Amino acid sequence: MSMTGESWVTTTFDTLEDWAARNSFWPFPFGTACCAIEFMSTVSSHYDVSRFGAEVVRFSPRQSDVLLVAGTINDKMGPVLKKIYDQMAEPKWVISMGACACSGGFYRAYHVMQGIDEIIPVDVYVPGCPPTPEGLIYGILQLKEKVARDREHQRRMNRESKDQEKTQSVNTGAPTV
Amino acid sequence: MSTLAPPQSETTATPELDAVRAKFPAGSILPQDGLDQPVWIVSKDVLFDVARELKENPQTQFDMMLDLFGVDFPDREERFEAVYSLYSLQRKARLRLKVPMREDDVTLPSMVSLWKGLDWFEREAYDMFGFGFDGHPNLRRILCHEAFQGHPLRKDYDPARRWILTEDKIYKPHFDLPETGDEMFERMTINIGPSHPAMHGTFRLMAVLDGETIVASDVEIGYLHRCFEKMCETHTWQHVIPYTDRLNYCSAFINNVGYCRTVEKMLKVEVPPKAIWARMILSEFSRIMDHCVCNGTTLVDAGGLTNFWYMFQPREEIYGLLESVCGARLTVSACRIGGLIQDLPPDFEARSRKLLEMIPPLVDDVEKLVNKNRIWIDRSVGVAAISGEDAVNWSWTGPCLRASGVGYDVRRAHPYDLYDTLDFEVPVLYGGDVYDRFRIRMLEIRESLKMIRQLLDRGMPSGPWIVDDPHVALPSKEACYNQMEAMIYHFKLIMDGISVPEGEMYSMVEGANGELGFYVISDGTGKPYRIHCRPPCFPIFSAFPGLIKGGSVSDAIVSLGGLNVIAGELER
Ligand code: SF4
Repeated sequence: MSMTGESWVTTTFDTLEDWAARNSFWPFPFGTACCAIEFMSTVSSHYDVSRFGAEVVRFSPRQSDVLLVAGTINDKMGPVLKKIYDQMAEPKWVISMGACACSGGFYRAYHVMQGIDEIIPVDVYVPGCPPTPEGLIYGILQLKEKVARDREHQRRMNRESKDQEKTQSVNTGAPTV
Repeated sequence: MSTLAPPQSETTATPELDAVRAKFPAGSILPQDGLDQPVWIVSKDVLFDVARELKENPQTQFDMMLDLFGVDFPDREERFEAVYSLYSLQRKARLRLKVPMREDDVTLPSMVSLWKGLDWFEREAYDMFGFGFDGHPNLRRILCHEAFQGHPLRKDYDPARRWILTEDKIYKPHFDLPETGDEMFERMTINIGPSHPAMHGTFRLMAVLDGETIVASDVEIGYLHRCFEKMCETHTWQHVIPYTDRLNYCSAFINNVGYCRTVEKMLKVEVPPKAIWARMILSEFSRIMDHCVCNGTTLVDAGGLTNFWYMFQPREEIYGLLESVCGARLTVSACRIGGLIQDLPPDFEARSRKLLEMIPPLVDDVEKLVNKNRIWIDRSVGVAAISGEDAVNWSWTGPCLRASGVGYDVRRAHPYDLYDTLDFEVPVLYGGDVYDRFRIRMLEIRESLKMIRQLLDRGMPSGPWIVDDPHVALPSKEACYNQMEAMIYHFKLIMDGISVPEGEMYSMVEGANGELGFYVISDGTGKPYRIHCRPPCFPIFSAFPGLIKGGSVSDAIVSLGGLNVIAGELER
C-alpha cells in the first residue's frame, strides 16, 4: 500500500496500524515519587527511550495511549489516577512501574494503595524499587509484544464471530453483511 | 575523629534561658537536664507567652521555629506531648519545648501569628494526632485525605487501616475575597494539578485569577503521604534506612547519613574514619545531583529543555559511582548504623576524581546557555521574591534561605563529621527570587566539588568501613559460618535488631534543600518508639501561596521548581 522510491510494499491496513501502534507509544507519565526520577533518567540522553519509539511524552490523557504509573499511589491520589485513566481514549495500555505501583511496595500503610490494580487494569508490571532504566525499557518492549499479540488475537476473535454470524444467517436465511 | 559532634549548645543552665524562665510562675516551666540540647517542659497555659518572650527577648532571640510535632505515650496520665523546636540564628542556640497534654484536653494556642512557618506544622499535628490549635486560620487535614478517620500516628491506630476516598468528597476550596465592585470583570478560579507536569505530579494549586494576576491561591498536598513515621515504628532500627532513602529521593544518601548519625549518637558508637570520609564525599556528590535535578527542572518549567538533558548527564555519572559502592542508583541505602554497607570499591578514588573532571564542563555549558539568556532573566529576576526576614519567619533553611541573604548552613553553623576541617564557602545571595535560587545552586555545586577535591587529596583513610561492635554491625559472612558467637550475634541482630538505649535525640545534617533533622525516641526495645523527620521543604512550600500572589500564572509555574520541593520529603 505504500511506495518508497521504486519499491512496493503491500500489506493490509490492520497490519500497518498494528505496526504503527506498537512502535510509537505515547506515554502519559503519571510520575509521583522516586520512580519518576528513574523514569526521567530513562527518557534523558543516557538511556534515550526514543530508541524504542516511546519518547513522545504527553501530559494530556487525550493524547496518549500508554499510562505509565511511576511511583507510589496513595488513597488520596486514587481518584485522580482513575480519572486520568478514564479520560484516555482507546486503545490504551497501562505499565505499572516499581514495587509501589505494583503492590504498594514496602508501604503496608494506612494511606497507601496496595497496588494500582485495585482501581485500574494493568498490562505490564515492572518490578524494582525503583526499576533500573533497563528494566523499564524491557517493560516497554514487553508491552510491544503484548500489543501485537492482543491485536492479532482480537482480529481472530472478530473474524470468528463474523464467520459464526455468517453461518447463522445462511441457516436462517437472513441477509449477510 | 568522633561521630559525636561538639556539644551543640551550652549546657542546659544558660543564663539567658534562666532569665526568661524567672519571668513565669514557678512550676510552669521545668527544664529537663542531660539531653542533647536544652529542653523545657512548658505548661499549656503559659505556652504562648513563653514562646513570644523567647522570640522577642533580645537575650534569647529565638527567631526561627524549626519544627512542631506530637508524641503519644498512652501509658502516661498526660498522654500527648507537643514538641516545638526553636532556633536562634544569631546565637546558634537551640531550645526544645515540650507541652504535655491530657487526652481529654488537646487544644493548644496557635502560634501562627508569631511564626508563619507553623501554619502547616500545626495542621500536620492536627491531622496526625488530633491536636487542636486555637486561632489557627485554616485547621484541616493536610497529609491524609478528606475521608480519613482517626489520627494515624496515635499509638492505638492500626498502621494498615485504610479509608477509601471517593470523588465526591474531594476538597473544594472557598476563597473569601472582597468584591471588586466592577461587574464587567469576572474572576476565574483555576485548578492546576495534581497530575500536571508543572506541579511535578503531586501538588495541587488552586488559584483565583483576576485577568492574568493571581489574587489568591491555595495548595493542597498529601498526594504522596506514605506514612514514613508510622512505618518506622513497625520496623527495626536498621530497617528504617531504606525508608529514609525515599524521603528526599533526589539525594537519598544524605538522608541515610542524617538518620544513621542520629542513631549512632544515641548508641555512642564511634564511626571509623574511612566511613566518615566516604559519607562526606558521597553526600556532596548527592548534593550535586540534587541541585542538578532541581535546576534542570526549573529550566524545563521555564521552557529550556536542553539544559535538562545537560543537567542529567552529571547525574548519570554520579549514579555510576553510587552503583559501584552499593549496587543501587537512586535509593541507595548505602549507610549502616555504625558505618557503610560494605567496603569501598578499589577504584573509588579514581572514579571520584574522574567525576571531578567531568562535572564542571557540563555545569559550565548550562551556565553559558542561561546566564545571559534574555528570556530566562526576564522570567526569573524579581519573580516570587522573599526577604530574608520573611524567609526566617517561614522557617526556611537551605539554599532558598541563603538566596535571601541569610547565610545559615548546618555544615558551617554546627559542623559535623569533618566539615570544620574543610576550606569552603557558604554562598549567599540577596535577591531572594527565582534567579538567585537558581544561581545559588550553581555556586553550591562548585563548592561541593571543592570539598570533594580536598577530601580526595587527603587520601582514603585505612581501616574498617563499619564499627567493630557485634551489637551494632553484622559480623562478616565468614565469621558467621565459622564461629558460634558470630552466628548468634547475626541471628540476634536480624531477628531483634539493634537495641538502642532509652532516650531521645535530635540531630541534623545539611540536606540538599535545608536542615534535615531526625528526632528519635527509643524505649529500649528493638524498634524505634517514634521517629520524626524535620522535612526542610515542608515549611518552604507552605510559603508558596504567599510567594505567587500578585504574579501571573506563568510566574507561579517557574517559581515552583526553584523551591526544590520533593514530595517524598514534603509528605513523608
Ligand atoms: S517502588 Fe520504590 S522507588 Fe518506586 S516509588 Fe515506590 S518506593 Fe519509590
